[in-house]
Amino acid sequence: MSTQRLIEFTLNGDAMQAVVSTKDTLIDLLSDKLDLRGARESCGQGLCGCCTVYVDEKPVSGCLTLAWFADGCSIRTIEGLAQGDKLDPVQEAFIEAGAFQCGFCTSGFILMTKKLLEEHPDPSEDQIRHYLIGNLCRCSAYPEIITAVQLASKKMR
Amino acid sequence: MSDLPSARQIGRSIPRLEARDKVTGRAEYVHHLRLPGMLHGKIFRSTMPHAIIKKIDVSAAAALKGVYRVVTVDDIKTVLPHPYYGPAFHDQPVLADGKVRFAGEPVAVVLATDRKIAEEALGLIEVEYEELPGVYDEMEAANSTTLVHDELKPAATFPDLQHLKGRRGTNIALDYRLRRGDVEKAFASADHVFEHEFRTQQVMHIPMEPFVTLADVSNGHATLHTASQSPSFVRIEIARLLGWPENRVRVKVPHLGGGFGGKLYIKLEALVTSLSLLVRRPVKISLTMEEQFFMVTRHPCTFRIKSAVTKDGRITARDCKVWWNGGAYADIGPRVTQKAGFTSAGPYDIDHVSIDSYAVYTNRPPAGALRGFGAPQTAWAYECHMDMIARELGLDPADFRRRNILRNGRPQASGTLLRDADIEKSMDQVMRHLAWDQPYDHGKGRLRKGRGLAIGFKGITAPTTSVAIVNLYADGSCALYISTVDMGQGSDTVMAQIAGEVLNIEASSIKVIHPDTDVTPYDMGTLGSRSTFHMGTAVRLAAEDAKAKIAELERDLGLPPGSNLSVADMLRKKYGMQAGNIIGTGSFIPDYQKPDPQTGQTSKATPFWGVGASGAEVEVDMETGEFTVLKLINVADVGVPLNPHLVKVQLSGAGIMQYGFTTTENMVFKDGQLTNGSLADYKIPSLLDMPKDYINEATASNDPQGPFGGKGAGESTTIALSPAVGNAIADAIGVHLLDLPITPETVFRAIQSKRNKAEA
Repeated sequence: MSTQRLIEFTLNGDAMQAVVSTKDTLIDLLSDKLDLRGARESCGQGLCGCCTVYVDEKPVSGCLTLAWFADGCSIRTIEGLAQGDKLDPVQEAFIEAGAFQCGFCTSGFILMTKKLLEEHPDPSEDQIRHYLIGNLCRCSAYPEIITAVQLASKKMR
Repeated sequence: MSDLPSARQIGRSIPRLEARDKVTGRAEYVHHLRLPGMLHGKIFRSTMPHAIIKKIDVSAAAALKGVYRVVTVDDIKTVLPHPYYGPAFHDQPVLADGKVRFAGEPVAVVLATDRKIAEEALGLIEVEYEELPGVYDEMEAANSTTLVHDELKPAATFPDLQHLKGRRGTNIALDYRLRRGDVEKAFASADHVFEHEFRTQQVMHIPMEPFVTLADVSNGHATLHTASQSPSFVRIEIARLLGWPENRVRVKVPHLGGGFGGKLYIKLEALVTSLSLLVRRPVKISLTMEEQFFMVTRHPCTFRIKSAVTKDGRITARDCKVWWNGGAYADIGPRVTQKAGFTSAGPYDIDHVSIDSYAVYTNRPPAGALRGFGAPQTAWAYECHMDMIARELGLDPADFRRRNILRNGRPQASGTLLRDADIEKSMDQVMRHLAWDQPYDHGKGRLRKGRGLAIGFKGITAPTTSVAIVNLYADGSCALYISTVDMGQGSDTVMAQIAGEVLNIEASSIKVIHPDTDVTPYDMGTLGSRSTFHMGTAVRLAAEDAKAKIAELERDLGLPPGSNLSVADMLRKKYGMQAGNIIGTGSFIPDYQKPDPQTGQTSKATPFWGVGASGAEVEVDMETGEFTVLKLINVADVGVPLNPHLVKVQLSGAGIMQYGFTTTENMVFKDGQLTNGSLADYKIPSLLDMPKDYINEATASNDPQGPFGGKGAGESTTIALSPAVGNAIADAIGVHLLDLPITPETVFRAIQSKRNKAEA
């Protein structure tokens, strides 16, 4: 049987509380309890990147991280990226490069791209390919994703 | 019409209408949906590939705190006496009915408000089986006395399968045949005869949004929210299952997180509807990644191909025998068997052709449609066969193809004349990218290079219907009501471009209403590259109808033709306030002639031809079998690209997917058990797998029968890619591989066997 516990955290800057069980993952918390849609469970093994969110600004797989561990942390998701109507440059670049088809993996790619550009503001194509290895796109918009990352890099410099 | 003229809509790469929703995490998928009072279902699956169920004990699971109910087929039968479904055959029970036919088949469902509790309860269900011998290989099953089904049960919706009704004592669900000319005579007088056997493996669609359905059945009406590519079909099949009229079944589909043919016809919907009918509450089932492998897959196949060739390289006859491993339930396999069957002799001008194509039941997970409808499997065989013949005859593989290539105006094996199909042009474009006419250095020593090309084509499922409604609201803004599912291919955007082009409205301002069978009219399904051609034409007709009604309104109001009054002003003038609609409708069904059942001959087999050519350059490590694809080229004939960017992404994406099916993807079975049902063990392409030099382009083409010259693009690059890679590897190592996938191990073994032969 699972144990319940109250945790406190910030979600995209807002202070929150939630009762979670020991079995709940971060993705359970975000989608079932907090009604967010952007992070999605797909492979359930931390291999596809569809459930990527930031915990204390570090990208994690929401399907493998227990909700319990988010106690006292700051959680950021794709929903927190745009400022009102103003999209983040990475979001803009993904639209301009047409870097998605079905869109199910897109949140994860965008969040990882932001991290990539923080660490490597002007990445080479090899760096892009290696950094985003943990994100899978079955529609395979990979060439356009590379273009989007390069475009975002230009926008942000 | 009189609104301000805007730029042309066709031929522009406008961004997807839903682009903003997709980058902000707001796009709507069934994946997220919850309804008040909803129960989650978790499926208990068979651990046996073929067995009689002696006993199911659900008592411990049902007693677990938080479990609402545990359901077996006996429970379902209290509300649905005959819970069998399927598009071609009504052969699949919603839950195993006395027998399991593959390991992974649904046997029972636990319902609970808490998903985790339902999952926990699965471990408490106990089933006693009496194991039966299993058949897993299509060749073995075709002649086996072990039967997967006692009797064939074709669905009434497919009139051409009725002759199979009641057939017993066989695993062959369908035998398709085509006969043209006198094959026997041609072989008897041939200069050369070549025969090879090729095999392809079982693979899966892996949509990133796993299969999911939410059904809410109560008081004689049913609402389904489902990740489906064919909402109209789901409604018809659910109405049949329930014995209700169509208007009491509502099927809604928002965006899909990928489909690729997997989410076609009817899948989870039958089970989830039955559960909701039984418990009178909304029920949702979302599959895990592992469970997806048990829903539907792509057919493995064995293809025996034989050609008669003259000494100057003309193919005079070809005999094709194809066995499709359809798994335990037919799904749409019989259609794959027919449709891929009739083009399995390849895009060549051959006078004498014989084709036999068999849908075979086995004790594996079911197989259905996957991007190409069987065409990629057959092209693997006929295009490797072409290179093997060319090698034997000492001919250049491109030259050998050119001597036999099917040209517009010439009859394909079915007798249907090829039209508006750039087969040769596609090959020429690939050859240019490979600099085919230049001398080629294969390298020396350990690393050897090779290049290869292949061509392919496919017929399009026919005859099928699409219906569209264009609605101009009182302020002149426009909405499009269609049941085409946007699963990433960009149909919303392209359909808006077509309507916008006719009505002179900016496409991005048009609202596309997502499939809702209470609202959007019939469409056969989002499948087989048909939407642009079929729905695109219906949308064009609907927009033209609306345009005619605007002109009529103009006349009714006594306005001079071409008056500058906007639609909004005309409606205001007519109704005295902001009110009313202008509704245009359009429906489209292309010409079709049913093939003769004995010979497969028809004058109109397909509404258009899907055409693709591919080329590859590889480097192989002769010591290890490791290989790198240095360059990969896809060229497709898509008619006029209505949205060039969307077309290019489609061509490129389909190509990368097929590259996975060529090199890494393979469902591995041991004693009927899937051993690699996860993304950890079943590897789909990532950014690192994509060849660095990767070229995708369309030919400069035009299909005069398509809307504004356009036709389908979603499958063209899946057809010829595998044999292009296979032929390039063969060019490098000097021996052909006959089976997919091509892995370093299979390449290494091929090199070794060649060395051993040379030494012996």
